[in-house]
Amino acid sequence: MSSLLSAPLDRRGFLKLASLATGGLVLGYTLRPSGQAQVVKPADDSVEGSFSPNAYIRIAPDGTVTIYSVRPEIGQGIKTSLPMIVAEELGADWKNVKVVSAPLDPAYGRVGNQSAGGSMSVPTSYLPMRRVGATARVMLLTAAAQIWGVPASECYVKDGVVHHRDSGRTLSFGELVAKAATLPVPDESLVPLKDPKDFSLLGYRIGGVDNPKIVTGQRLFGIDQKVPGMLYAVYQKCPVWGGSPLSANLDHVKTLPGVKDAFLINRTYPEGKLTGLVPGVAIVADSTWSAFSARRELEVKWDKGPFAASSWADFTTQADALGERGKSGADSPGIIRTRHDGDVAGALQAAAKTVEARYFYPFISHTNLEPQNCTVSVQGDQVEVWAPTQNPGAAQSIVAGVLGVPLENVRVTITRIGGGFGRRLDPDPVAEAAVISQKIAAPVKLTWDRTDDLQHDHFRPAGFHYLKGGVDAQGKLTAWQSHHVAFGSTLTPDDFPARFVPNFSLLTSNLKNRVPQGPWRAPGDCTYAFVTGSFIDELAHAGGRDPIEFSLELFGDRKLVAGSGPRGRPYNAERMHGVIKEVAAQSGWGKALPRGQGMGLGYYFSHQGYVAQVATVTVTPKGELTVNRVVACVDVGSQIINLSGAENQAQGSIIDGLNAAWKQDLDIQKGRIVATNFDAYPMLRSPEAPREIAIHFVKTDYPPTGMGEPVLPSVAPAVANAIFAATGIRIRQLPFSRTDLKWS
Amino acid sequence: MSKFTLNVNGQSHDVEAADDTPLLWVIRDHLDLVGTKFGCGVGQCGACTVHLDGQPSRACLIPAVAAASMKITTIEGLSADGNHPLQQAWCELDVAQCGYCQAGQIMSAAALLAGKAHPSDQDIDEAMSGNLCRCATYYRIRAGVHRAAELAATGLEVAK
Repeated sequence: MSSLLSAPLDRRGFLKLASLATGGLVLGYTLRPSGQAQVVKPADDSVEGSFSPNAYIRIAPDGTVTIYSVRPEIGQGIKTSLPMIVAEELGADWKNVKVVSAPLDPAYGRVGNQSAGGSMSVPTSYLPMRRVGATARVMLLTAAAQIWGVPASECYVKDGVVHHRDSGRTLSFGELVAKAATLPVPDESLVPLKDPKDFSLLGYRIGGVDNPKIVTGQRLFGIDQKVPGMLYAVYQKCPVWGGSPLSANLDHVKTLPGVKDAFLINRTYPEGKLTGLVPGVAIVADSTWSAFSARRELEVKWDKGPFAASSWADFTTQADALGERGKSGADSPGIIRTRHDGDVAGALQAAAKTVEARYFYPFISHTNLEPQNCTVSVQGDQVEVWAPTQNPGAAQSIVAGVLGVPLENVRVTITRIGGGFGRRLDPDPVAEAAVISQKIAAPVKLTWDRTDDLQHDHFRPAGFHYLKGGVDAQGKLTAWQSHHVAFGSTLTPDDFPARFVPNFSLLTSNLKNRVPQGPWRAPGDCTYAFVTGSFIDELAHAGGRDPIEFSLELFGDRKLVAGSGPRGRPYNAERMHGVIKEVAAQSGWGKALPRGQGMGLGYYFSHQGYVAQVATVTVTPKGELTVNRVVACVDVGSQIINLSGAENQAQGSIIDGLNAAWKQDLDIQKGRIVATNFDAYPMLRSPEAPREIAIHFVKTDYPPTGMGEPVLPSVAPAVANAIFAATGIRIRQLPFSRTDLKWS
Repeated sequence: MSKFTLNVNGQSHDVEAADDTPLLWVIRDHLDLVGTKFGCGVGQCGACTVHLDGQPSRACLIPAVAAASMKITTIEGLSADGNHPLQQAWCELDVAQCGYCQAGQIMSAAALLAGKAHPSDQDIDEAMSGNLCRCATYYRIRAGVHRAAELAATGLEVAK
């Protein structure tokens, strides 16, 4: 299917293809002025008679506009929003747009590596996708102008039709396809873009393009894939991270109903990594259930490796010892001075009030509802992969590497994905399926069960923060001392509130561990926001100040605050000031509430978005928490792409952030996760979702940025601070469920 | 191994499967109806919700052979052409994010609406509390059930 795309086309090859595509019309490719990479046709073989100025668009003679979605859809809405950008600039009628998922292919290099992560899709694709659409628009417009013999400047495009302003003549896209295909492709970087005030699609509510298929249960996801001759596999890894199988009762397992084969895999790839292929036992059978069922009889003798004794309790003891040593400064082994401004000790001594606190949070899982899975067919040195992956490039390279085949022999089809959250940036299940398929020389679908998924997640990092802060007699924040004890600290010298407190110190330490970790939605920020947002609230209250006023004072009238060093992250104080002021107004902040009810503020700069939230909660005297209302003000720049999708991301981020903050908790004992399924891993459910969520987009004159992550971090401090306002109980650990909220 | 007949979405299917095979895996692997999803295998997430004689049930917990005498409805059979009020409301309000749990959500909601034409927020929360949505679209799910109730009451048609 992707043969047109897989091999780089030489000019002759291109001419042949393009002639086919246009029914033999003479092509203007030799006139192409741009000198860009060769035009490549879209990943579809039904190109006859259609017009494809680039790999992202194909317009058929019947007027159907096919737009190729090039990034993985994990629920962030990218399969709808990126094509909307193309369609907007193209001037297509959305009703005539068909969105098709593209495979991994260098033809889509304009957007980078086709991955989905870090809320980077919109910021990196907005301009390229506009240019892709605008290029096609210019060519259709030129085609019409030439047919009519009028200047192109007298023509305009609207809803899939080119109009001649003076004569009122029209030609539809479909009618222009043949002519447009003969024209030279202009230099994308020079085509005129629309004025955003003329947008008729971007900023409006557009339903997800796969919605009709989702609500009728059609085949979309990785786990739904089925290819001829496919077998079904499971892969049992050592529950203790870093362990490997010594032996197993394979002879017995092979006799079980439906079992085709069972074997040990004693490889780690890449070498020494816990987040790629790790050793285990594969069972291959004629159905998913045969494989699951046989696994219940599998007995394995494990070499549990060197970390079989590690436990959460032990990590806590070690962290506290480090935290204690950190109090006397950085001159101690294992403690790194990451930032130091002013005279922290002096300011703390001079402070009118100081607060000292330990904050911490556990490892938690991604719990993608679609368990990790992958379908792979290895035939000789040719490999087909159908993967629910956020990172198809990484999937391709791990398969090539682990099987020892050339990269270009690995073709990756990107399926719809039942939840990403960062977990599917790592391609470990793809590597497992590839090795199993190669061994048994048949196509294989590997399915993890929930226990695999929980125990072999790449967890959201846990962490401990030892904090001390001081306010002066006017209640102004003067000193902040922080020691982060982590499992691979990602706190940088630029993380808030660095740069906004005159006397500031950040120490970092890392505990030795073998816990596989990975990015979890809004990595770092998803936990740091809780710690800093809660501690700021503590200090505001210690200074007798209103938290909003106290926070606005931190930003003052500063504008863009530079980062540390050339790679540091700038912080736009004005934008944060803006959303905090707005959320105060929108939430009715300051209203007197009876005991047991409270409002709390949270805010955080995350993934290029500035977000402030106010939560309103009720806590009964028995300690039962209800989150009544969350109001969020969100600044992601000048342009919302899909209002429905952006709002959905914000609403979902708030509830997801609440789920992580309130419920999710993992214990580690004997080198493994204790929980094996949802019965031992509490998750927020419908009755606990806030009654009311209000999202306000604050538009500013900055380029549009992503919505997958920025709203998540600030909900935890907003709710924790609201609980304090309601009850006087300060929550200093996640999940909230560990803290008794009873009051009288 | 047993041979039995399943009535799924009004059609009879002859099936041969081990006695302990959950209905979920017969539906997915044997009948190739993939709308019903696997999430946990222990009845905790609701992704595999189907109707057995009209009752919302977890297909991962019920042996297929035990469902042989029942009328089984999956998401594929909820309506003839995808126009059940819930399916319309879900599209109209753009409820789904990743979409993986939504078949189960809709099947639970359909059973709720069949018994109660105008459920309250509390009714919805109770009926839907067995269905996890990892993207946490609960806010729109609530709105979607209310909208579906409205559509069912007025017979409104909405554009999909």
